[in-house]
Amino acid sequence: MNHLPQAWGRPRDDVYGAYSNSFLQTSGPTTHTQSPIVTGTSVIAVKFKDGVVIAADNLASYGSLARFTDVKRLRKFNTRAVVGFGGDVSDMQYLDRLLSSLDIRENYAEESPDAQLHAKNLHTYLSKVMYKRRSDFNPLWNHLLVAGLDGENKPFLASADLLGTTFSSPTLATGFGAHLAQPILRRTVPDEATVASVTKEQAVELVKESMKVLFYRDARSMDKYSIAVITKEGVELKENEKLENQSWAFAEGIRGYGTQVN
Amino acid sequence: MASIFAGAPPNGAPGYSFAQTPTAAPSGIREHSFYPYTDNGGSTLGISGADFSILAGDTRSTSGYSINTRYAPKLFKIGGEGPESKGARIVLSVVGFAADGEALKERLDTIVKMYKYQHGKPMSVAACAQRLSHILYGKRFFPYYVTAILGGLDEEGKGALYSYDPVGSYEREQCRAAGAAASLIMPFLDNQVNFKNQYIPGSGEGHALQQRVPEPLPRKDVEELVKDAFTSAVERHIEVGDGLQMMIITKDGIEEIYEELKKD
Repeated sequence: MNHLPQAWGRPRDDVYGAYSNSFLQTSGPTTHTQSPIVTGTSVIAVKFKDGVVIAADNLASYGSLARFTDVKRLRKFNTRAVVGFGGDVSDMQYLDRLLSSLDIRENYAEESPDAQLHAKNLHTYLSKVMYKRRSDFNPLWNHLLVAGLDGENKPFLASADLLGTTFSSPTLATGFGAHLAQPILRRTVPDEATVASVTKEQAVELVKESMKVLFYRDARSMDKYSIAVITKEGVELKENEKLENQSWAFAEGIRGYGTQVN
Repeated sequence: MASIFAGAPPNGAPGYSFAQTPTAAPSGIREHSFYPYTDNGGSTLGISGADFSILAGDTRSTSGYSINTRYAPKLFKIGGEGPESKGARIVLSVVGFAADGEALKERLDTIVKMYKYQHGKPMSVAACAQRLSHILYGKRFFPYYVTAILGGLDEEGKGALYSYDPVGSYEREQCRAAGAAASLIMPFLDNQVNFKNQYIPGSGEGHALQQRVPEPLPRKDVEELVKDAFTSAVERHIEVGDGLQMMIITKDGIEEIYEELKKD
């Protein structure tokens, strides 16, 4: 029996073996993000004739634990750009602060919206930040989607990831969504030419339907999500949407999924 | 503050009974799990003619078995005026890690544009080719993970084509295929452009057989070769497809052609 206060609350040596303090070292090599800790899952987005729809759920997971259930992963930059974050949440919060300071620097004195940074500018900036950090072996563990309007007020959608890889497409999805949602999105918007024939209502409906599919099959997802529509009229951001018209009828046909176990 | 986290009791205080408290961090090399490269697939190819050069690349971008996008160009105009490089006479193609490719293109483009500001004349392809080699070698110990091909017209107006490895070794060639399907396209080019394994019929038996002598091909034939090379590569390589982008450099400028490829 050890009664000394320093040992209170600590695992017993004779039961658990010597306590390893190695993870508490204050000196030692500088470490970078080697793997994400608290993570957000998919972000999905679709272009339509007047703008872009983007969505992400409000869950931040800690491994398989649904840790924070009210984390907003869509960030409005200004009236014509929204960023969606997948991956590490603390790195997202860093980028959020970075974008705030960029916004103050660039737009403090600027009144007219035409002179403000647009989605294309923002994507270039973010992809250079991501590429610089990966080149320093200190990556920001995120996959970003930048949605909004470009310099000619045309719909703009592009992605940047932790390696600095960038690409653009009429529909985009990160993480699990790249496997599950992207094929559904591409069915409606297969190429750049069809974007002009997609209405806002169709695009929103498509994104909501894809969020539902993701909730059905992505274990790290949630039924509460944020959705933003960016058009010339500005950003319409809703951060507390609930998935509607869920049908779990399919679960009955799968052993172990529904209530019937045998 | 450090003493709170160090695990050992404060100086002078009675020690607790965990006699085996480790005082040093575990030794040995810690491995980084972050790998700064990826392969975005795709293929490029270049062929030079008597008074033109053609560069071509598919427009698919992949990561693993997923298609990122069906349109991500691998061909870039270098130099010229403004962000669209108007009036440029040099084309760079990059395949491999797309983010490095983009960074490399941006650096070369800036250099070629600055050259014109400083010297009042456009940079020659030979100079640009050597500069590109130096840029690549400058990152010898953290390379740009790309295979580059540079095309243009030399000072005599002949088609000029330079191919590179990721660390800057380069060579002027008649033709070169790079990227995921290079091993599928290159032998085809050897045979069809450099006439390898083609012999003049009836010129002899065995070793006496005479090689068919390679000569610069006309533009129309080269365009057909490029299309055939890519449609065939699409059949056999999953990372190649979606679209074919071609740039033809002649004395009149750069002509750009886009064609659809199979999307499966």
